[in-house]
Amino acid sequence: MSEPVKVLGERRAFAPLLTVEGLQVRYGAIQALRGVSLQVGKGEMVALIGANGAGKTSTLRAVSGMLKASAGRITLEGKDTTSLKAHQLVPRGMAHAPEGRGIFPNLTVVENLELGAYLRKDTAQVLQDMEKGFTLFPVLKERRRQLAGTLSGGEQQMLAIARALLSKPQLLLLDEPSLGLAPQVTETIFRTLREVNATGVSVLLVEQNAHLALNAAHYGYVLETGEVVMAGPGKALLDSPEVRRAYLGE
Amino acid sequence: MSQLLQHLINGLASGTIYALVALGYTMVYGVLKLINFAHGDVMMVGVYMGYASAFALGREAQRSLWGVVVIFAVAMGGCALLGFLIERFAYRPLREKPRLTALITAIGISFALSYGFQLDVSFDGPFDFSIAGRRGGSFDFHFDRLVLLPGASPRAFPEIIAPTEWFILGDRDVVLWNWQVISLLIAVSLMVALQFLVYRTRFGKAMRAVSWDHRTAALMGIPTDRIISLTFMLSSALAAGAGLLYAIKDTSVTPLMGLYVGLKAFVAAVIGGIGNVPGAVVGALLLGLVEEFVVGYAASTWRDAVAFGFLILVLLVKPGGLFGRVAAEKV
Ligand SMILES: Nc1ncnc2c1ncn2[C@@H]1O[C@H](COP(=O)(O)OP(=O)(O)OP(=O)(O)O)[C@@H](O)[C@H]1O
Ligand SMILES: [Mg+2]
Repeated sequence: MSEPVKVLGERRAFAPLLTVEGLQVRYGAIQALRGVSLQVGKGEMVALIGANGAGKTSTLRAVSGMLKASAGRITLEGKDTTSLKAHQLVPRGMAHAPEGRGIFPNLTVVENLELGAYLRKDTAQVLQDMEKGFTLFPVLKERRRQLAGTLSGGEQQMLAIARALLSKPQLLLLDEPSLGLAPQVTETIFRTLREVNATGVSVLLVEQNAHLALNAAHYGYVLETGEVVMAGPGKALLDSPEVRRAYLGE
Repeated sequence: MSQLLQHLINGLASGTIYALVALGYTMVYGVLKLINFAHGDVMMVGVYMGYASAFALGREAQRSLWGVVVIFAVAMGGCALLGFLIERFAYRPLREKPRLTALITAIGISFALSYGFQLDVSFDGPFDFSIAGRRGGSFDFHFDRLVLLPGASPRAFPEIIAPTEWFILGDRDVVLWNWQVISLLIAVSLMVALQFLVYRTRFGKAMRAVSWDHRTAALMGIPTDRIISLTFMLSSALAAGAGLLYAIKDTSVTPLMGLYVGLKAFVAAVIGGIGNVPGAVVGALLLGLVEEFVVGYAASTWRDAVAFGFLILVLLVKPGGLFGRVAAEKV
C-alpha cells in the first residue's frame, strides 16, 4: 500500500519507549494518517518534519490520546495505550504541549503551572520544580500573578513548555514550539529543550523549522501526506539532498 | 423612605433566589457552552421532591430543624442525581455534535419534565413501612396513596418555616420576615462557598480549565467527564435549594414553575454576562430589585415586561452582559 521508507544511516541505540505502528487517523471522510510507524527511545529526541497538512499534528494528537486512532497500535513502555484517553496517559508520563500552545488565558501563570502538576501529590517537590521552571524562564516568575492571556506569544510558549514539564513526563510532545517567535526566543527555547532532554526526558518534536529541529534531534522522520517517507539521524537528514530541497528551501 | 427600605429587602430576598438558579446556568454554560434550558425544570422537580418529603415527614417533623434539613437534603441530593443522569445520557452523547443539537435536546428535556409532571399518576394504597431507629424505636409511615407524578393543579407548599416577623421598623412600616433572613443567609453562604470552590480549590481550577477548552484540560490529566458531571450535580443541587426557598416564599407549587423561574434566572445570568460567576449574582440581585420596584411603584402586570426590557437595555449597552466580555465564537 505505502512506498517503502527511505532510511539514511544508523540509529543510535536507545531503550524503546514509544512505538507507533501503522497508525491511521481520519476526520470524517478525510484520511489524515495512512499508516504511520515511528519510535522514540528513552532519552532520545526525535523530530517529525513535513509540509503543512502532512499529518504532524494528527500524529501527536493520536499519540497523546486527544484523537482516536482508526487503525494501528501505540505502545508506551511495552504497554498498549492505543485506546486510552488523554487524561489517562498523563499519569503514564505523557506530556503534550499542543499546537497553538494551549495555555489557559483565563487563569494566571501560576495556576497554569499548577494545572501541569494536576495529578501530582508531592506538593513540596512541585513547588521546587516550579522554581526550576522559573530559573529556565525567569520572565514567567515576574508575570506569575498575571492572567496567562496577557502574556506575549513567546512567553506563552515558555509557559506551555514549563507547564508540560511540571507533570514530570518521560515523553514530551511538542507541536511547533518556534511558531511565530523571534529567533532569540526560539534559541532560548531550544537550548532549554536540549537541557531537559539531557536529563533523560524523551522528546517528540514537530517543527516547521526543519533546520532547527534536525540539528537538535538525534533522529528524524519526514512525513508526507499522512505517510513516513524518510527517516534517519538528524544530521543525515540535514545532509540529504531531498530534505534540503523540500524543507530547507535550497 | 420606609417603603423604599421595604422594597429593597423584598427585592434582595427574591434576587438571591434568582441568583442561586442563575449560577447553575452560568456554571454549566462555563464548562460546556450549553444553555441548559432544562435547569429550571430540574429545580421544579427538586421542589416536588421537597414537597413529597415534607409530606412523608408529617406536620410535626416537617417544621423541626432536622425535618427542614432532611427536606433540603432530599431535594438537593435527588436533583444532583437527576442532573447527573441528564448530562450523562442526554448531553454527553452529543458533546462532539454541533451545539444546536444539545440546545434542542435541552429544550426537549425541559418540556418532558414540565409537561410530564402535569400527568396524574398515582397508586392507591394503603402503603405502610417503617424505618428502624438506632435505639430500638422506629419511624412508621403510612400513606393512603402513592403519587408518582403530581398532576397539573397547583399545590400549597407546607409552611416548613413558620413565618414570623422578626424585625419591624416604625409603625409596622418595614417588616423583615424570618424566612427572608433565612433564605438570604442560605443563599449568600451557598454563593460564598461556590466562589471559594471555583477560585480557590483544585476542583475549581480544573473547572475553569475545562471551561476554556476541555481537550487541552484533558492533556493536564484532568478527567474532564467527571468535572462536567460534578458541575451538573452541583448546579442542580443549588437549583433545588433555590426552588425550596422560592416555594417557601411563594407557597404555590406547579409543574410550570420551573419554566417561569428558570427563564427569569436565565435572564439574570445573561444580564450579568453568562459564564461569569459574580455576574450571575449581580444580574440576579438587579433583576430582583427591578421587579420589586416595578411591582411596588407601578403595577405587578408590568413586572415581566420591565424585566425583559431591562435585559434588552443591558444587552444594547453591553452586548456581553455587565461582567461579560464579548468574545468571537471559538471554532
Ligand atoms: N479537525 C479536522 N477536521 C478535518 N480535517 C482535519 C482536521 N484536522 C486536520 N485535518 C486535516 O488532516 C490533515 C493533516 O492535518 P495536520 O494538522 O495533522 O497537519 P500538520 O502536518 O500538523 O500541518 P501544519 O504544519 O499546517 O500544522 C490535513 O489535510 C488537514 O486538513
Ligand atoms: Mg500542525
